[in-house]
Amino acid sequence: MSLLEIKDLQARVGDKPILNGLSLTVDRGEIHAVMGPNGSGKSTLAQVLAGNPAYEVTGGSVTYDGNDLLEMDPEVRAQSGIFLAFQYPVEIPGVSNAYFLRAAYNEIRKARGEEEIDPLEFADLMDEKLAMVDMHADMLSRSVNSGFSGGEKKRNEILQMAVLEPRLAILDETDSGLDIDALRVVADGVNKLRRKDNATIVVTHYQRLLNYIVPDYVHVLANGRILKSGGKDLALELEDKGYDWVTSGSPVGAGAARVGA
Amino acid sequence: MTDSAVESYVAAFDELTSNGSAPSWVQSMRRAAFERFAALGFPTTKNEDWHYTSTSPIADQEFVLLDSASGDVRREELAPFMFGASGWYTMVFVNGRFAPELSDCGKLPKGVKLRDLASAWTAAPEVVDRVGKLASYDVHAFTALNAAFMHDGAVVQIANGVEIDQPIHLLFVTDANAAKGMMHPRNLIMVGANAKATVIESYVSTSEAMYFTNAVTEVSLADGATLRHYKMQREGSRAFHVSTTEANQARDSHYVSFSFAIGGSLTRSNVYTTLDGEGGGATLNGLFMLDGEQHSDHQTQIVHAKPNCFSRELYKGILDDRSHGVFNGKVYVHPIAQKTDGKQTNKTLLLSDTEHVDTKPQLEIFADDVKCTHGATIGQIDQTALFYLKSRGVNESLARRLLTYAFAADVLETIEVDAIRLDLERMTLQRFV
Repeated sequence: MSLLEIKDLQARVGDKPILNGLSLTVDRGEIHAVMGPNGSGKSTLAQVLAGNPAYEVTGGSVTYDGNDLLEMDPEVRAQSGIFLAFQYPVEIPGVSNAYFLRAAYNEIRKARGEEEIDPLEFADLMDEKLAMVDMHADMLSRSVNSGFSGGEKKRNEILQMAVLEPRLAILDETDSGLDIDALRVVADGVNKLRRKDNATIVVTHYQRLLNYIVPDYVHVLANGRILKSGGKDLALELEDKGYDWVTSGSPVGAGAARVGA
Repeated sequence: MTDSAVESYVAAFDELTSNGSAPSWVQSMRRAAFERFAALGFPTTKNEDWHYTSTSPIADQEFVLLDSASGDVRREELAPFMFGASGWYTMVFVNGRFAPELSDCGKLPKGVKLRDLASAWTAAPEVVDRVGKLASYDVHAFTALNAAFMHDGAVVQIANGVEIDQPIHLLFVTDANAAKGMMHPRNLIMVGANAKATVIESYVSTSEAMYFTNAVTEVSLADGATLRHYKMQREGSRAFHVSTTEANQARDSHYVSFSFAIGGSLTRSNVYTTLDGEGGGATLNGLFMLDGEQHSDHQTQIVHAKPNCFSRELYKGILDDRSHGVFNGKVYVHPIAQKTDGKQTNKTLLLSDTEHVDTKPQLEIFADDVKCTHGATIGQIDQTALFYLKSRGVNESLARRLLTYAFAADVLETIEVDAIRLDLERMTLQRFV
């Protein structure tokens, strides 16, 4: 059984259809890159997988670890191991990062039938995770993303990912707004978290991030469907030829996103 | 206002004045105040200051004056209201009467005096001579009613230059014996020149009885004095509560008021201060959290009577169910009060769509070289933030509570007494489960 099977997924925001029959299968241990021009539906895919109620699924199915993902509340998805690194992480003034991280961590532990962690143990865990994303412990006492720079926000997303140890991580434009040093830190974090039994979907507009997080598969999205899939070289080819190369030609492999399987 | 509403107080008043042990000047003030109350009557919604709050639930009741010791409260029952703190100087009042056996104010620092009003009347007439000097019974009906029936309260005196090490806690508790009773606590807080003190004024209940608290606190700050004044209104769910704080601030003094309100069925809090010397500052903050059918009205008034003073005001309300919150913030700037720097903010968070809020900033500025701003917002839980928290595995209920807490966080952060801040943070997180 694959970790994630998306079949003919259709979704809209308000009256506007954004996903128009998207299919994608992700297995454990794999990294998939989903690329596409602005407005192609990349972020919508990420939000729909995480369960954002602002997006309405109008057709198709998503099976996660054998369960109907679309029937699950966002918090249940997270407790089952799905993690979305937001393109625009939300600022929550007044709630400290430490409190937020520990609350999230404990909710996920409870869902797994594990004991809640006490603050001291949690502090030890945080030391290790902070080092992974090159962040200072000061950020724990600051409010969630409040007043953070763009780079700090993205690193905070990866920190949360490191703490929550998801089985399926979806990185939505995690590279946008990052300078090369921050990009490297974020990518290193993602690579360190890679394991045989988890998977990552990297949603990005640019090929740049894929120099650091090397995908097993690359999919090109346009008009809410996957038009072309290939190996990591596809990203380089796209960089070279531009999205028009795919989107203006006839759809290749539409609806059949899996290659090399 | 109905005559019968006032009529119901006549018998209680006659009884109080016929067998009272209070000095004659108190008796004559009571009489004058009662006459004034009879003339003013309970305010109606036609009164601009009471436009959003009907006093008829109070006026329609007949209350028994609780003027002798009537309570049966054990020390351990007070624990939930003590903020887990130790070493504070605590005066406990049960059903309106001072309860020395429950109080901890034996060993006071030099220059600090705590007395109960009923004994101060005879023991320290020069002090209690100041009763009614700041809170006049001429204007406000509830202040007149309080002056007519006042019989106990706290008299706090901090001598010049004294910086008191621990907070003073005035804890007014009611128990089941207060059912259908009324209390009119009158407190005096006098902070000497360059003195510094923290006073907590709590109104709490160990029962669900219906009763009426009508408190008046007069606060004077001498030159350079600082007072942090926390008012914790945690009355029983069926209680009526009206409280009026009137402060007068001399030169370079700083009055910091924090008004916290979560209890009662119909409550009204008035915090009035006059910046009566140059270089002073007033900070009036508040947080009220309501649910069910609760109605809570908060009126503040800052009078800038002298130049070069500042005022800061931040009131937040969190409303759920069918509750009704009111905020009315007045700022008066006298013609001579140039270089006044005033800022007022009122924010309300609505947790359902059946509650009701009225907010009314009122700036009256008669000086031309001032900086005064005000702003009011009303909002709901941010859906984006809610989704963000849920996407991290946090369940709906905890996510909503966290965002509710987050809304209040900035005003809670202004609380400088750690024990109070932590307790209020906990209460805020747990209020709307």
